[in-house]
Amino acid sequence: MADLDNEQNKVPPLPSSISLISTLGVVAMLSGFLVVLVYEYTKPIIAENQRLATERAIFKVLPKANSYLTFLIKEGAITQVDDTTKGELIYAGYDKNNNFVGLAVNAAEQGYQDIVKLLYGYQPETGCITGYDVLKSTETPGFGTKITTDKEFLANFSCLDAKVNQEQTGLINVIKTVRHGSKAKPWEIDAISGSTITSNAVGRMFNKSGQALHPIISKNLTLIQSAKQLKRGDHGQLN
Amino acid sequence: MANSTKKEAPLTLDIFTAGIWKENPVFVMMLGLCPVLAVTNSVENSLAMGLASIFVLVCSNALVSALRNFIPKQVRITTYIIIIATFVTLVDYIIQAISLDLYNKLGAFIQLIVVNCLILGRAEAFASKNSFTKSVISALGMGLGFTLALVMLGGVRELLGAGQLLGYQIFSLNFEPWVVMILPPGGFIVLGSWLLLINYFEQRKTGQLITQDSASHCTVSQPRS
Amino acid sequence: MNPESLSFIFLSAFLINNFVLALFLGLCPFVGVSAKRDTAFNMALATAFVMFVSSTCAYAINQVLIAFDIEFLRLISYIALIASSVQLVEMILKKFSPTLFRALGIFLPLITTNCAILGVALFQTSRGYDFFQSVSFSLGGGAGFGLAIVLMAGLREKLELSNLPNITQAAALSMMLAGILSLTFMGFAGLGTTA
Repeated sequence: MADLDNEQNKVPPLPSSISLISTLGVVAMLSGFLVVLVYEYTKPIIAENQRLATERAIFKVLPKANSYLTFLIKEGAITQVDDTTKGELIYAGYDKNNNFVGLAVNAAEQGYQDIVKLLYGYQPETGCITGYDVLKSTETPGFGTKITTDKEFLANFSCLDAKVNQEQTGLINVIKTVRHGSKAKPWEIDAISGSTITSNAVGRMFNKSGQALHPIISKNLTLIQSAKQLKRGDHGQLN
Repeated sequence: MANSTKKEAPLTLDIFTAGIWKENPVFVMMLGLCPVLAVTNSVENSLAMGLASIFVLVCSNALVSALRNFIPKQVRITTYIIIIATFVTLVDYIIQAISLDLYNKLGAFIQLIVVNCLILGRAEAFASKNSFTKSVISALGMGLGFTLALVMLGGVRELLGAGQLLGYQIFSLNFEPWVVMILPPGGFIVLGSWLLLINYFEQRKTGQLITQDSASHCTVSQPRS
Repeated sequence: MNPESLSFIFLSAFLINNFVLALFLGLCPFVGVSAKRDTAFNMALATAFVMFVSSTCAYAINQVLIAFDIEFLRLISYIALIASSVQLVEMILKKFSPTLFRALGIFLPLITTNCAILGVALFQTSRGYDFFQSVSFSLGGGAGFGLAIVLMAGLREKLELSNLPNITQAAALSMMLAGILSLTFMGFAGLGTTA
């Protein structure tokens, strides 16, 4: 053993607890400081990114919309909130003249691999589901991913019947996915052949969402339609 | 190279190049496999993960090396882990700020960089004993080797599984993609194939196989035991 | 089956999205410790136990972090939690069951850097599971990890007696075997969903 480093030849005394704790303390403080710094700096950027992503999805399912307002559905009531609230949010789109053009609603369901999340367009006056944007999906490429691209499947949604029943307790008809080629009623969805599980998931999530949310929306429709005219803080102008 | 006495490694180009091929973290040392297989389903994801890992590797090893004379031996592992976790948290927020889309594709695997044995192992074996510059250079080499391995995997998987590279269509549209390559089994099979190929060439060249021992590198020995 | 039900979450973590073969968590021990069925089984037990303990504590810690709005410390606190759980489990084993300690003890330091443990904590947080769902998830994950590693060990033990070419040294072979196992587990996809 060469006498290269003299200091390390002697067995060093066991460092006192104070030295151990203070080292850990200093490192912890340093790391905490760094994290807080970067967190505070990036928080607004991340919030903006998320807002832009949501906005993109909303304007995709509500093409006539020029701006939107966010509403929270909680315990059967609808209240206007801002973008950052947590909970079951729906988005109401309005055109240039502040006329209500439709709603964008979230839906999610277990697909083939993992949960599939969609944002779909809903016209409460006609009871139609008019299309959707896939927010999150890890389905099999070329099979489950066809729900984004397959023209025949998307044609199901020019107006998928999701009308609310008279008592406003649910939908008149249960939305469900049927075998490819056997769609007969406007509330049925023709599955993609070769991708039944993902297609079924889409059917199930629309039914679940419709049964739960559309009646509440019906009950509060005038509130949503006139919200823009009341000129309460809005956002998302496409200027 | 670092030898068993307490002599510091001489500053040669070897420190940098070793990490790229001879001691490649993925193919030779089999470290950090979790992200390797999970995010290599496309070249873009592989590059992003590689860059994130380089960032954490270089920064944490640099800090560990800078503080190496101040950290008592007893708490060194805990300290290293805190430092690594800090930089991983940083890179997590930075990626979210740069591109939410990319962040969603990489998912939880960015945060799993913190348990990548490569980083902790490097800090323990090299950065704690060598100067700042050497540690940074070594970390860069290792990081580049890691990224290279990721891209090699990602390239094959994306090409065969989607006919594309970086989103550009390489194979003609008539090519029926081998979707399994993008799915989990494909990851295992492609990595296995690369390992077989590398072993084959190495055997022809030197008559020996590159040693691959993963478990020993990942052992985080508790200071007291 | 209701996707939010406890049994589905368990089934999903156990078979459908198996931690090792589908989510790629816990690969280092999977490749390194799966040479013999006995060691593999012990490793699986140790891992499952630590997974369960960490998952429950992680849930608790997450609630505290949310309450104080310091969620950016999540990763650091999780990893500190895991390191301490491992230490704690080691101490408890040493004291209460020396035989078990001798069997599992060497694996415990390896478990700290096991992606699966941290993976459980992170996944359950990002999916927003409540307490019972998290427990179900971690138990399923532990069982899935155990299943995968024991299967692999069984295969490798059998192959020890075969005449394989030299280049299929441990790691390359394990990867190929894992790939085939993963393919077979893909057959579980869609399990539990109504057709």
